[in-house]
Amino acid sequence: MEPSTKPVLYSYFRSSCSWRVRIAFALKGIEYNLVPVNLIKDGGQQRSEQYSKLNPMQQVPAVEIDGITLCQSLAVIQYIDETRPGPRLLPVDPKARAKVRMISDLIASGIQPIQNLSVLQKVGEEKVPWAQHFINRGFQALEPILKETSGKYCVGDEISMADICLVPQVYNAERFKVDIGRYPTIRKINETLVELEAFKVSHPSHQPDTPANLQA
Amino acid sequence: MHLSSVCLAKPVLYSYFRSSCSWRVRIAFALKGIEYNLVPVNLIKDGGQQRSEQYSKLNPMQQVPAVEIDGITLCQSLAVIQYIDETRPGPRLLPVDPKARAKVRMISDLIASGIQPIQNLSVLQKVGEEKVPWAQHFINRGFQALEPILKETSGKYCVGDEISMADICLVPQVYNAERFKVDIGRYPTIRKINETLVELEAFKVSHPSHQPDTPANLQA
Repeated sequence: MEPSTKPVLYSYFRSSCSWRVRIAFALKGIEYNLVPVNLIKDGGQQRSEQYSKLNPMQQVPAVEIDGITLCQSLAVIQYIDETRPGPRLLPVDPKARAKVRMISDLIASGIQPIQNLSVLQKVGEEKVPWAQHFINRGFQALEPILKETSGKYCVGDEISMADICLVPQVYNAERFKVDIGRYPTIRKINETLVELEAFKVSHPSHQPDTPANLQA
Repeated sequence: MHLSSVCLAKPVLYSYFRSSCSWRVRIAFALKGIEYNLVPVNLIKDGGQQRSEQYSKLNPMQQVPAVEIDGITLCQSLAVIQYIDETRPGPRLLPVDPKARAKVRMISDLIASGIQPIQNLSVLQKVGEEKVPWAQHFINRGFQALEPILKETSGKYCVGDEISMADICLVPQVYNAERFKVDIGRYPTIRKINETLVELEAFKVSHPSHQPDTPANLQA
């Protein structure tokens, strides 16, 4: 069934999980409506009663699409991939597909949740060393994995969900002053990806809710 | 006749009896009827065997599980589970319908990204003394979100009436919650689904109390 209404994406400009979904929409050429959710103002708009109905985890992103509400960026991305035409976001080959999921999950389960806003708020004063520790731990693992799986991109020479996860995580790493130079494969793949239109148009510096002083 | 090596060798699963992520993969193998060799990795002894140079080559994240299967090494339990589902016959671990499949992944990720990594061993070791309140906080936060989601998606199981990857993630997370003295009674839908699942053979045979590396005092 062809969707007659545009999907709605609840997003924060600097949320890496929201950025993943923005990249996926851009790669697939899907137009969508973006509703900004400010994670800091008003005690965090993600904590409002209204938003909690959409996503009871009180996190971004959430997506209204095809009559359902979905949360968890990788569930959204794979749903988009399975229901929309356009370049595949996961490869056909099951082993390659498993490697894409492994890399995506290393980032989306193994790194990002541990340096997520709500965790850092609980860590308190030591949040920067905490984030650096867990990002470095993850990148130390990701570097040898990517040395083995990568071609032009994370897995071979086709863009995939793994690349969609990588770029926002590198952005986070840079925010926390992690030295990406220690991870040459990660750095090289990231440098290739950030030049692509889908990664540029979805970048945190170009969003409707990007603060003026952070716009590119 | 050329016999492909693909299915001749049994998969090898590197597992810790009480690791919820390892348990997920053990459940999946059991549901699919796949025999495998289990190599125990003790996360506590010897400074944590997952930190050995040898194991780090298998999984540079120094975590369990890792799986050697069909000539490749895979880490990340949900990547393993979906690979098994896509390459082996037997009951589907994800539904055919894309919307239902998305809900299975959403629930699985809520647990596997939104709860478990934050109360994972390596994080608790860094938290230190406050680890139990920390774990309780994040498990409760996740279960408070999961309860209304499951109210909407569940039939007999997490999503409708077919067992899926979501159920595979749920049971080990409830086990973790109980270890940290979280009151599951606050989450009646979670509790009910869990009670149904733990009676099933695949969830029993894979249970932490029945593993080759289960310490004698924790065996059922």
